[in-house]
Amino acid sequence: MIRLIGYGNPGRGDDGLGPALAARMADVPHVLVTSDYQLTVDHALLIAEADQVIFADALLRSDAPFEFGPVTPSTSHDVTSHSLSPQAVLALCTTLYGRAPLAFVLGITGQEFGEVKEGLCPQARTNLSLAEAFLRDWLAQTGSPVGGLAHA
Amino acid sequence: MTDAPRTIEISPVTRVEGHGKVTIHLDKDGQVDEARLHIVEFRGFERFIQGRLLWEVPVIVQRLCGICPVSHHLAAAKAMDVICGVDELPPTAEKMRRLMHYGQVMQSHVLHFFHLAAPDLLFGFDAPAAQRNIFEVLRQKPELGRRAILMRKFGQDIIEATAGKKIHGTAAIPGGINHNLPLDTRDAFLKTVAEMRDWAQDALALARDYTLSHTELVGGFANFPSKYLSLVREADGALDLYHGNLRMIDAEGAAIFDQLPYDQYHAKLTEDVRAWSYMKFPFITDIGPDDGWYRVGPLARMNTVSLIDTPLANAARDELMATAEGAKMHPILANHWARMIEVVHCVEKIDELLHDPDLQGTDLKATGDRREEGIGVIEAPRGNLIHHYRVDENDQVTFCNLIVSTTHNNEGMNRAVKDVAVAQISGQPEITEGMLNQVEVAIRAYDPCLSCATHALGQMPLEVELLDAEGQTLDERARAT
Repeated sequence: MIRLIGYGNPGRGDDGLGPALAARMADVPHVLVTSDYQLTVDHALLIAEADQVIFADALLRSDAPFEFGPVTPSTSHDVTSHSLSPQAVLALCTTLYGRAPLAFVLGITGQEFGEVKEGLCPQARTNLSLAEAFLRDWLAQTGSPVGGLAHA
Repeated sequence: MTDAPRTIEISPVTRVEGHGKVTIHLDKDGQVDEARLHIVEFRGFERFIQGRLLWEVPVIVQRLCGICPVSHHLAAAKAMDVICGVDELPPTAEKMRRLMHYGQVMQSHVLHFFHLAAPDLLFGFDAPAAQRNIFEVLRQKPELGRRAILMRKFGQDIIEATAGKKIHGTAAIPGGINHNLPLDTRDAFLKTVAEMRDWAQDALALARDYTLSHTELVGGFANFPSKYLSLVREADGALDLYHGNLRMIDAEGAAIFDQLPYDQYHAKLTEDVRAWSYMKFPFITDIGPDDGWYRVGPLARMNTVSLIDTPLANAARDELMATAEGAKMHPILANHWARMIEVVHCVEKIDELLHDPDLQGTDLKATGDRREEGIGVIEAPRGNLIHHYRVDENDQVTFCNLIVSTTHNNEGMNRAVKDVAVAQISGQPEITEGMLNQVEVAIRAYDPCLSCATHALGQMPLEVELLDAEGQTLDERARAT
């Protein structure tokens, strides 16, 4: 089973790119899609039985429309707040349930994060479409890990 | 040690929600001269909400926070009830909202206790930072960690079933609720609620035993008297997290005001502004800013209420209050015990509501004569939460004032920071990470949500700086955010 978690705050402009991708991917067969405001301890349980998990988040400061690559458990990302990193969620999952799924991060580049507003800027919408097309192709072709870091 | 005055910064404070910074000013003798918690975010939500339509507000205002959005959803909905002329909701609507709120408070308290506070409590404030984290807790006590996640999931599932979504639900609408609780959903919760009650009592025992086995630490750590504020039930002064009147007591328990309808909050409270923080400082107007500060939250509620209307939590509160040195409990570390009493209370209330057929009622919304102004108040996980709005003839918000729990506690947190800084840092030749963590423990005991408390632009790095009188950096520490 593949789990897609799109996270971010749609009330902060392009920070909503993760949930926006989750909304677009809801129709993909064999993929369980979750949208959330931020990653928390609950997500360790959510991914515990998944074979693969894709964390979709907004990406700051990248020249590429999106970046895609593997991510592994790490306890160096301490739980300093209610909000966790993908690495910490995977580490929690490993600690609690003895395993963690194969995991990837899809970072979609945004530009406007500062204002309290809903909606994506034009460039973020374009990047979202490119990331969606990539992910659909990747899921259709492989549904399995691709090595290294992919750029658009 | 330098013989010049110095300033220590802890920035940002960790294992709290949002970003804050502590500065500790040392005089030339190394004694703490001043200590402050600065809020370094500015959100501007009270202005952002202006111009939005009244029916949008309970949904939009949740964007304040990803941690306790239900609190803002419900407080805003209560204010909009008033604007829509509704003073009493249909039973199904009120009970659905209450169920949502109890699920919210339960999951929030569980997250804080097990995942943010537990590393300090289990390993000690001075334990190596590499050990003092949730991963070490889970390595040593995996069953505790699994239970914590399942308890939080139970609360989150209650929220999803009542609010429509775990985050940023839409169910509470002006004048009511937009759906009831289906029987199959109720039955699913009934299968696990007894286990939740047992686990909640185990968590309560853990917090109680910690407090009672560390009496010297708890009694000597930021233990100072204050006034306390919360809602209490109108009939009998009982704990009521969803609705009631305001009760403010002094450190000995005498009422400063009691059963004050919350729409009169502004007649009793004033919000002070200080140049060094984006967070306001509320105080009791009649007493003034110097002595009129007060605290809110789980321990404050244990102090203000006359009783708890669920048996297990009430017995636990009686035991907590019996340990007080005076009339009321003041040690901030007792907040953890109080928080777990509230978890038990919430599970008891959830159980009670799940057996109430009103949750399957179909009368979901009331109407009334339109008003221009509405105030909604609830007891959020971190304490009293006030939402105040005015709208124009086009249903657009023209005024918004929010006093969130962490803002109520602003002066209390600053005093706790100074109290611990004086005890731990004054006169010490070297400032250790453990000392600085103790300052953070004092703040963490309030479980502050600094994101809510400011009204985040940008991201703050995590750093600790030691500055001399001329502002030159003498020492620096950094933590990952």
